[in-house]
Amino acid sequence: MSNPLAAPRAGSRNKQRSNFELYGWLFMRISGLILVFLVLGHLFIMNILDGGVQRINFAFVAGRWSSPFWQVWDLSMLWLALLHGGNGMRTIINDYAERDQTRFWLKMLLYVSTAIIIALGTLVIFTFDPSIG
Amino acid sequence: MTSEEFNVAITTPGRSLRATPIGTLYRGGEGMWTWVLQRITGVSVFFFLFVHVLDTALVRVSPAAYDEIIATYKTPIVNLLEVGLVGAVLFHAFNGIRIILIDFWSKGPRYQRQMTWVIAAIWLLVMIPGTYFMMIHTIDALFGSTT
Repeated sequence: MSNPLAAPRAGSRNKQRSNFELYGWLFMRISGLILVFLVLGHLFIMNILDGGVQRINFAFVAGRWSSPFWQVWDLSMLWLALLHGGNGMRTIINDYAERDQTRFWLKMLLYVSTAIIIALGTLVIFTFDPSIG
Repeated sequence: MTSEEFNVAITTPGRSLRATPIGTLYRGGEGMWTWVLQRITGVSVFFFLFVHVLDTALVRVSPAAYDEIIATYKTPIVNLLEVGLVGAVLFHAFNGIRIILIDFWSKGPRYQRQMTWVIAAIWLLVMIPGTYFMMIHTIDALFGSTT
């Protein structure tokens, strides 16, 4: 006699299962660890070292971005922080937005706005002109 | 189970009263509250990130436009908000390391409670001098002598 109850998720067993959430989980830990150094270094330099926020102006930014080291630092921080934050927001939307439509549109808004901010920040770092104005 | 039976069950001799159910990490106690704080600090920092990329983008407009927006960051109230931001980032970072240790270190789940108090101590240790050095100019401008 065959078992009258279907095994849990029997239907999905044959389907191609995505590892997206596993990679997302791993990405949060790896990017988080790198961001600890990038962001805490950034906050220390910008807010505490040598007068902190009071010394920041256009000339200060120009001086920093004349070095490829700080360009790479800021670019890595921009991408990692926004992808890390974006994935965190995606998790929160999935947890709390119960209606399918609400969840879909909130995530669309998140993806589009995050992509725009990443693109804008990248553009600013790559096209910065110290002799502007 | 009625509440009377439940009371009997948890006060059975030989069993210790626990604040959180056995075998859970994220229900009740330190495990839950750090999880809540991780979400709140994460969302706050994410929204600030949008603002911060936008204000920095003004370097592509003109030096004057950038200097003007940066001037608001130097005012006493926004300076205080920056201390809050740094506090949120520091908690998120330290608790993130704690989460990594819980997930990857074999003894992590056993020591998660102790690790909570370790990160709380480190947070205070960094925030006390950090707040002072971040606000040194504001403190001087508000309360310093004018001579």
